[in-house]
Amino acid sequence: MSDNFSNSQIIKDPGDNYKTLGTRPVRHDGVDKVTGRAIYGNDVQLQGLIEGAILRSPVAHARIKSIDTSAAEAFPGVLAVATSADFPDPKDKVADLGEGPVNLAHLSANCLARDKVFYKGQAIAAVAARDVHIAEEALSLIKVEYELLPVLTRVLDAMKEGSPLLHEDLRTNEMGKKADTPSNISDHLHFEQGDPDTAFENAHLVVEREFKTQTVHQGYIEPHVATAHWNQDGHLTVWASTQGAFSAREQTAETLALPVSKVKVIPCEIGGGFGGKIPIYLEPVAAVLSRKSGRPVKIQMTRDGVFEGTGPTPASFMRIKVGVDEAGKILAAEAWLAYETGAYPGGVIGPGCMCVFSCYDIENARVDGFDVCVNKPWTKAYRAPGSTHVAFAMESVVDEIAAKLEMDPIELRLLNAAKEGTKRVDGPVYPRIGLVETLEAARDHDHYKSPIEGPNRGRGMAAGFWFNIGLKSSVTAHVNNDGTVTLLEGSTDIGGTRTSIAMQLAETLGIGAEDINPKVADTDSVGYTDITGGSRVTFATGLAAIEAGKDIISQMKGRAAMLWECEEGEVGFADAVFSQDSNSITFAELCGKLSSTGGLITARASVDPQGFTNGFAVHICDIEVDPETGKVDILRYTALQDAGKAIHPSYVEGQMQGGSVQGIGWALNEEYLFDEDGRMLNPTMLDYRMPTALDVPMIDTVIIEVPNPSHPFGVRGVGEPPIVPPPPAIANAIKNATGVRMTELPMSPPRVFEAITKNGGAPS
Amino acid sequence: MRDFEYQAPSSIDEAVALLAEHGDRAKMLAGGTDIIVQLREGLRDAGLVVDVKKIPELMQIAWRDDGGLEFGASVPCHVIYKDEKIIDSYPALTDSAKIIGGWQIQGRASIGGNLCNSSPAADSIPSLIVEGAACRIAGPTGERTVPVHDFCTGPGTNCLTEGELLISLVLPPPAKSAGSRYMRFIPRNEMDIAVVGAGAWLRLDESGESVEEARLGLAAVAPTPLSADEAAAWLQGKPATEESFSEAGDMARKAASPISDMRGPADYRVHLVGVLVKRALTGAVGRARGGDRNPVIPVGINRC
Amino acid sequence: MGRKIHVSTTINGEDSEFLCEARQSLLEVLRTSLSLTGTKEGCNNGNCGACTVLMNGVPVDSCLVLAVETEGAEIETVESIAKEGHLHPLQECFLEGAALQCGICTPGFLVSAKALLDDNPDPGEKEIRFELSGNLCRCTGYDKIVRAVQAASERMKEAN
Repeated sequence: MSDNFSNSQIIKDPGDNYKTLGTRPVRHDGVDKVTGRAIYGNDVQLQGLIEGAILRSPVAHARIKSIDTSAAEAFPGVLAVATSADFPDPKDKVADLGEGPVNLAHLSANCLARDKVFYKGQAIAAVAARDVHIAEEALSLIKVEYELLPVLTRVLDAMKEGSPLLHEDLRTNEMGKKADTPSNISDHLHFEQGDPDTAFENAHLVVEREFKTQTVHQGYIEPHVATAHWNQDGHLTVWASTQGAFSAREQTAETLALPVSKVKVIPCEIGGGFGGKIPIYLEPVAAVLSRKSGRPVKIQMTRDGVFEGTGPTPASFMRIKVGVDEAGKILAAEAWLAYETGAYPGGVIGPGCMCVFSCYDIENARVDGFDVCVNKPWTKAYRAPGSTHVAFAMESVVDEIAAKLEMDPIELRLLNAAKEGTKRVDGPVYPRIGLVETLEAARDHDHYKSPIEGPNRGRGMAAGFWFNIGLKSSVTAHVNNDGTVTLLEGSTDIGGTRTSIAMQLAETLGIGAEDINPKVADTDSVGYTDITGGSRVTFATGLAAIEAGKDIISQMKGRAAMLWECEEGEVGFADAVFSQDSNSITFAELCGKLSSTGGLITARASVDPQGFTNGFAVHICDIEVDPETGKVDILRYTALQDAGKAIHPSYVEGQMQGGSVQGIGWALNEEYLFDEDGRMLNPTMLDYRMPTALDVPMIDTVIIEVPNPSHPFGVRGVGEPPIVPPPPAIANAIKNATGVRMTELPMSPPRVFEAITKNGGAPS
Repeated sequence: MRDFEYQAPSSIDEAVALLAEHGDRAKMLAGGTDIIVQLREGLRDAGLVVDVKKIPELMQIAWRDDGGLEFGASVPCHVIYKDEKIIDSYPALTDSAKIIGGWQIQGRASIGGNLCNSSPAADSIPSLIVEGAACRIAGPTGERTVPVHDFCTGPGTNCLTEGELLISLVLPPPAKSAGSRYMRFIPRNEMDIAVVGAGAWLRLDESGESVEEARLGLAAVAPTPLSADEAAAWLQGKPATEESFSEAGDMARKAASPISDMRGPADYRVHLVGVLVKRALTGAVGRARGGDRNPVIPVGINRC
Repeated sequence: MGRKIHVSTTINGEDSEFLCEARQSLLEVLRTSLSLTGTKEGCNNGNCGACTVLMNGVPVDSCLVLAVETEGAEIETVESIAKEGHLHPLQECFLEGAALQCGICTPGFLVSAKALLDDNPDPGEKEIRFELSGNLCRCTGYDKIVRAVQAASERMKEAN
């Protein structure tokens, strides 16, 4: 077992009585990871392996007039060159790849551009050569003729009538109906309930503010990497750093117009994803190079390629208006949200609209949300995608209202908190949720109650929301004759989930987690499983493991019945012991008898739980601002969250701490800086400033367990809510410390300094 | 990156001969933490990389008879900041050595290399300026010495002519009642290039209350690192108080002419010069009065 | 394409020889020529520390060391931290304290932290954070990493 080193607290549900759940076993893949033995994507070694490199567009918007690869092909050591001409033409096909429909023409062009380039860094061509240096040298020999087009880098500019168009055929999708004039606005969502206009008129206090955020990247330390081997028999094997082997398989198969049965994806250990490794970029390119060269081809993205050529989260412009009565009850709320989806449609404005008022019970509300195309990378999911943006805005406005009414910020939120039965503006009604409990735990926490002393210091708090999805998961379990169970999981493991899933199987069987041997399996070896993301793995794949466990118990009851010559229905099972009358046998002992009663047992389960469940996080943050420089120092940070049931508390704490620090980076320093021509100025980890160990304090955690009614163990997804509260918590702390309200992210030193100076320099 | 040849001469003469033979296609390799990045990014080109770390004079540290220090151009930062005598004698220099990149960079990067890379934002150069360093250079026509504030000539360029290499840096003997400090402003707490860097050195008079002599160096606010002479001269004879340091900071601003780039806007940088000079002088006087000379962990207010 | 250079060095206590081009980094040679894939590439530019190894006992970014520069040097990678089948206290504490999630930064952290504790057996929290600021982690938020290093230093002091 393990020590709990962190400063953490768990507020348990009183009905809790588990044997394995809530303990902290060492993870099954841990030793390999601390000794360097674990195989990540770039560690794959194959006979005859050659390496590839990607040529990326130097311009942000252009027609591609010609691509001449002849000099590159002739370069000594080069074995193949690929362009989009090597991909089949996807025409207008739209595929459902699990998390929503995907336009295959866009997916394909984003892997290798077709007739137009939509952002600087878009992949144009690729070379495979004996080694990566030769491949990179050959890239410079590829001649591309570009016809430059006007560049759009700001969301509000791109929305204006008469602005240059990225896609001539793009028509705004207005809540399901297509408009008839071309636009850069790909989607307009509108949600409304009650009568906000009248309610605003009756409000005692109305606050309306505008907010801006910049493009921010997931920042995983491992770049994208894929190895492809296109065999002579037409079978394609791909080793990928991916959050979903099955999703990658489908995306790859569709892009190459291959039947899915000809494609096998082997997920390697993955060095971080956070949503950014759900889409494919390299797999079909490596496949084409492999087909053309007859060799396995590995491509790893360069770090600047990762920044410029993958899917960061959108920059945004938001306007929020909230009206309250004298007691602070929210009477009406309105949001106007514009998110940059980047080069192609299909951004995250949907979840943004869902999350903006999600922490509150508001009868009268209206949300208008827009996904807007601009000449920047195609945005993709980043941990609670779209929620952090709107939380920054909404939680800042709520904080301002609390200050104006001289109410405690947590009390104001408790007065308005969403509860079981609250209807969200986009439709769903909440089942049992844990927001109130989490707010109360924050209010009663030592951090919140302790005085904050010293000049230029302030405290802020904020709430955040994300839902966890179900989607499909499969596991296969093989019972071994020594009492252990090998568990093949379809979910890739980005944070320790293979262990928390194993623990759920262990709990079901009443045996120890160390007796389960979990493995992440490839697409030929386990049933269909949707991506690892959306905070779904511990929930949904855990459900599959529980179902598989029940199947094992059922089959083994049959074997016990055989031994005791009784009816299967007479056999009971509890605490890892099978019994009937005076007969009893332990799980492990019965395993030893499986071979002689019909052979070893395999159980499988595939689940597809419907509906969402909900996770709420509340963070408290103390900061100090250096008034002479605008630099913000985080002094103390506490993250509280309703986890439903913390299967492995260390990993729940880890999600809370990791998400908090990503949020802190987003709040203080991370942003894509673009020049007027749409070129990213800072595509390095030097100037894209993610927090170092010296930039943050310990992150104290409190896990509140309000069981999720739709999971046998009460599990809620926990991975995503933690990234949502940090930016508004810090903004609220800066307001508390200096009297200045920051409305733009990141709150970097020059911006904070300018705001303080404009405000007269003195804290209020 | 394109391939290149590699040579590791074992003497100054051998190195000079190589440079004479290969001219512009030869690039020096000391710690490699700048040049390898530049070669990879295509910012510099090399047909031959000359590894100077086998040349004894470039790797040694020697205290001179006059009490000063001469250390080789390729001595890595971690050797500098681990040396107790160097910490005691030239604390601004060890401040710089301890914050150039992270620990891993400091394991390779050298002060001399940082100087020769000649970035306007180089962390070591303001310290070298205020510690009064001189640069020993060898070339085809023999040796010469250049005061460090004349070394850099523009962003990425310096006074080394073709065929010359930097051998060592020579520091004057530490003075009594003197102290020095280097600090920089960066948006995170580590791993960033300086938005503004300021080095300060001062010597107190007999009473310990007034500044007898001061030197100020600035980074990232001009095409080269600067010596803020006017402000430093003004400090002479002034009381060693926060008020004087604040005024010196204001004066030092006039020496700054920064650009706005992705690391910071120009007017913000000018403002920071005043703040950092004041704080660096405060740090220097603390050390002059017997305060701790060890490098400071740069986190929290006033640590920059 | 250049001629290959013959390099003799010591890696993880064993004599090692390899051929390499001058432009190949130590990181590249470790991973591709010597099959020591424990050391990871994160940025290839000295900004993330995932490639940290010890060179003559000093932590360095192996992406910024040319393989040819290792002639005659002693290189230690993450593969050498466990000795004779026993995990080092740091490795134990990282596992017990759940100080890794995706694990890609872990080898770099272990090498840096080992060098830190060998140099300073009793570092405070600020020192640990400062000396490890050259190793980026995106998953853990650093809390459990710092605590694991603290726990390991306690364990190592008790053992001595």
